[in-house]
Amino acid sequence: AFAATGFSALPALASAEDADKRIADFAGGKTPETGKLTLTAPEIAENGNTVPISVTVDSAMEGDDVVEEVMILADGNPNPDVATFHFSEASGAAAATTRMRLAKTQNVIAVARMKDGTTYVDKKEVKVTIGGCGG
Amino acid sequence: GQWSRAAAQQKLSENDLLDFDAFGNVTLVHVTDIHAQLMPVFFREPSVNLGVGAVAGLPPHVTGADFLKLYGIEPHSPHAYALTSEDFAALARSYGKMGGLDRIAAIVKRIRAERGENTLLLDGGDTWQGSYTSLKTNGQDMVTAMNALEPDAMTGHWEFTYGADRVSEIIDELPFAFLGGNIYDAEWNEPAFEAYKMFERGGVKVAVLGQAFPYTPIANPRWMFPNWSFGIREEDVAANVAAAREEGAELVVLLSHNGFDVDRALAARVEGIDVILTGHTHDALPEPVLVGKTLLIASGSHGKFVTRLDLDVQGGALKGFRHRLIPVFSDVIAPDADMTALIEELRAPYADELKRELGRTDSLLYRRGNFNGTFDDLICQALLDVREADIALSPGFRWGTSVLPGQAITVEDLHNACAMTYPAAYRSTMSGETIKTILEDVADNLFNEDPYYQQGGDMVRVGGMGYAIDPGQTIGNRISGMTLLKTGEAIEASRDYTVAGWASVNEATEGPPIWDVVEEYLDRNPLVQLEENRSVKVAG
Amino acid sequence: MATPKPRVKLPKSASAGEVITIKTLISHTMESGQRKDSEGKVIPRQIINKFSCEFNGATVFSCDIEPAISANPYFEFSARVKESGTFKFTWVDDDGSVYEDEQTIEVK
Ligand SMILES: [Mn+2]
Ligand SMILES: [Mn+2]
Repeated sequence: AFAATGFSALPALASAEDADKRIADFAGGKTPETGKLTLTAPEIAENGNTVPISVTVDSAMEGDDVVEEVMILADGNPNPDVATFHFSEASGAAAATTRMRLAKTQNVIAVARMKDGTTYVDKKEVKVTIGGCGG
Repeated sequence: GQWSRAAAQQKLSENDLLDFDAFGNVTLVHVTDIHAQLMPVFFREPSVNLGVGAVAGLPPHVTGADFLKLYGIEPHSPHAYALTSEDFAALARSYGKMGGLDRIAAIVKRIRAERGENTLLLDGGDTWQGSYTSLKTNGQDMVTAMNALEPDAMTGHWEFTYGADRVSEIIDELPFAFLGGNIYDAEWNEPAFEAYKMFERGGVKVAVLGQAFPYTPIANPRWMFPNWSFGIREEDVAANVAAAREEGAELVVLLSHNGFDVDRALAARVEGIDVILTGHTHDALPEPVLVGKTLLIASGSHGKFVTRLDLDVQGGALKGFRHRLIPVFSDVIAPDADMTALIEELRAPYADELKRELGRTDSLLYRRGNFNGTFDDLICQALLDVREADIALSPGFRWGTSVLPGQAITVEDLHNACAMTYPAAYRSTMSGETIKTILEDVADNLFNEDPYYQQGGDMVRVGGMGYAIDPGQTIGNRISGMTLLKTGEAIEASRDYTVAGWASVNEATEGPPIWDVVEEYLDRNPLVQLEENRSVKVAG
Repeated sequence: MATPKPRVKLPKSASAGEVITIKTLISHTMESGQRKDSEGKVIPRQIINKFSCEFNGATVFSCDIEPAISANPYFEFSARVKESGTFKFTWVDDDGSVYEDEQTIEVK
């Protein structure tokens, strides 16, 4: 009677600790800063099988001000890894959009690493609901 | 009786309701959530409408005597009847039905006659769905009637439940703008609807931005419009406000179907919106709510109210306003004859069926309220009985009109509570754990402390089952004490129960339409007498 | 599975130095390796694990992909174009297959 979403047949899910470990590895042990990186995702997923997410980093993408990578994680999926975007000066802008699976309500996390090694983080909780019964 | 009704109405005149000392250079006229009610209706406002977190106790989360006190309204007065649930059945007999699109047309014509080219008429959506005739005509009766009213723009929510093809077919022919900046093509991630439209009124450049209900594909069947994606998309609202200002807008109006609490949060987070015309949560507030510099307007539902908002815009800034939430007392406001004739023509093919009597009620039948309403109690009883179930579930819709004690229940009344395009009354087996998960999920959609995570309906209604709820808790921790009423025993997580319900968002749900189920029940039980529902206990 | 079909959207022309938006889609089930069939056996993982975009031979954007990316993977990103030329798009499947598409742009 109610819509099911997300991965079907779930094994054990990843935890916030798994995601934290990925972030520590990516950031070389430093604590990522907040501010330059924006992760955009819906507050509530329309369909846990295909949730649009976007990242944008405030960067000139020239000279020293270049974003090299943005890693996407999800702390409640079977595995926290989602994707890693690799940018270059030819990207012109550090912005990308994709669609992802969410097994349940959880945080989506983005971490960016600049050419100089500085890292930035942003996260957003995306709710996966069974839907219906609204008003 | 007749005497008290005449006496009550003598105190009210059309001029009392409509005389307005015109102000400024732009007049906004707002209607929303008419839910296809062409005719005057009885509609009881909620007695329970809880707010959580920062908005607890703030309008619109004030009801009954507290509401009357907050706004200085005399108990038993016309406004008390229009705006609260207090003494509803008695006052309804005194003051009569409210709404009717011909009365609304009369109000709009009068305002246009006074204000001419300074006027913008804006429709907040949930316009095409909610009646027998709208269902039978796939929304065409409302489209035809609203076209005659000549709005300048609308947005939508339940409109989409006619399916993408029908919605596109209507919009292609619409003589005004259908706006929805938050509706995207799901495949290529591109805007699918016009986000805003510029108007010039009274020498002022006015931008009207449209915001459709953000959770339409979650609260309603996504499969009916699979290529459209919605969402609040706050960043797009901000970008469109900026683009409109860039284009020279001196006044920015958001015609919104977000729901009141979402709009209140949005107003605090997005700069540059002068007025938000709210919708979806069906609140009727006699005064604007001010958030920073943004005016929030709540114009009720079912055609009960029309908002007139006169604005003074000078040098690209809003300098002042004059506001009235006009209650549409159908016995006081003379209908517009052209619209009366059109409505009659639209309803004529269905006239006999609309008035066919299915039963009578001794109890007031109403729906609105956070936890239960007697109309849903009746629907749940019918589901338990006709579908032979242990437990019945009925969605927490906010639309649906009221039937007074002693009145017949007609086909029209029943359809006002259930006319929709996915009416199948399913029967399935669910574990106690699944039922708990559903209640928790719906409760979080209503009571999440962050309004951006709310969907703006009321709690799913249950039959055959009792439970306790603590709205201030978090998901998974609100619901307790689930009890099967017929045995008085606790509902066990691992046990299976037969559950009947309707309005599933899943494709290919099977079962008879809910109106057939209720009609069959009324056939066997033609006199409705409902006890006050005490099976849901609210804590905190 | 039917042969994956790539689709790409980008402008036909741009001015020199302009930052354009490129959108790509490819039909693919993205079998996550997390699902079981009706007999309870795990359905083996088969996903597109890498996407890249080159312009006139130089990499513009690429992406390492995990099973959490949805079926019919969608990528939207930017490119700064300085001269006319050809974009080459490449998707790499777990089974070693490579799917490609090319689009030209005229820079004025
Ligand atoms: Mn509504
Ligand atoms: Mn609505």
